[in-house]
Amino acid sequence: MPPPDIEAIAEQVFVALADPSRRAILAALASGGPATATDLAARLPITRQAIAKHLALLAEAGLVTAEPGERRRVRYRLHSAPMQVAQQFLAAMARDWDRPLGALKDHLSKGDTQ
Amino acid sequence: MAFPDRIERTVEVAQPPGQVWAALTTAEGLSGWFGHEAAIDLRPGGSASMKWDSYTADMRVERVEEPAVFGFTWHIYGLPEDDPRRTYVEFTLEPAGTGTRLTVVESGFAQLSEDAYREAYGGNTEGWASELGELAGYLDAAS
Repeated sequence: MPPPDIEAIAEQVFVALADPSRRAILAALASGGPATATDLAARLPITRQAIAKHLALLAEAGLVTAEPGERRRVRYRLHSAPMQVAQQFLAAMARDWDRPLGALKDHLSKGDTQ
Repeated sequence: MAFPDRIERTVEVAQPPGQVWAALTTAEGLSGWFGHEAAIDLRPGGSASMKWDSYTADMRVERVEEPAVFGFTWHIYGLPEDDPRRTYVEFTLEPAGTGTRLTVVESGFAQLSEDAYREAYGGNTEGWASELGELAGYLDAAS
């Protein structure tokens, strides 16, 4: 098995999330569950054509999957695995060691004065 | 993109390694600067935990070489509770004059389990392409 190209996965996630319409589509799928393009067009201020375009990009990033179904009622479902890959990059950047190390310094010098 | 797998910080403190060691490896020490509450079984494989107001970190002690190296693994903060990935944290204490040079390295942020890899990368290669073709056709017909 080739080494996982997790940067490529994460990059697609961040590209997908950079667009407000795509964030709105993902948020709608996250909060409301699987939906068709028509459902999404009814709920969001985005045209069906634009939704189709965004769903194509989201599917390519692996962020949504199409459920097999009747031709006109294809439902799209959020697929969270790539999000979990992106999360670990965010976790590395969100990890704050400076504050606890500062607290350690303070804690040690408090011990000196006692 | 170049995201870090590891994070490294070095600080110099005025206290000798023995005193820093106690702050890092005892429940009393850890609760004085890191967590609000701490518990630790200081031996390789021993468990430790730290509590904050709304979060508890469960740790597993990995390396205990008093007073020079202390290592543990813990859950990656910000990931779901059931995510099995953990990072490794290692503190290294070196004498520096009368004080200590303390280095902390946390590594493993860029790891990915085989399952997660398969799901993230392989799971979406089939199925949706043909469905999207159908969607486009449907939208064309509807417009």
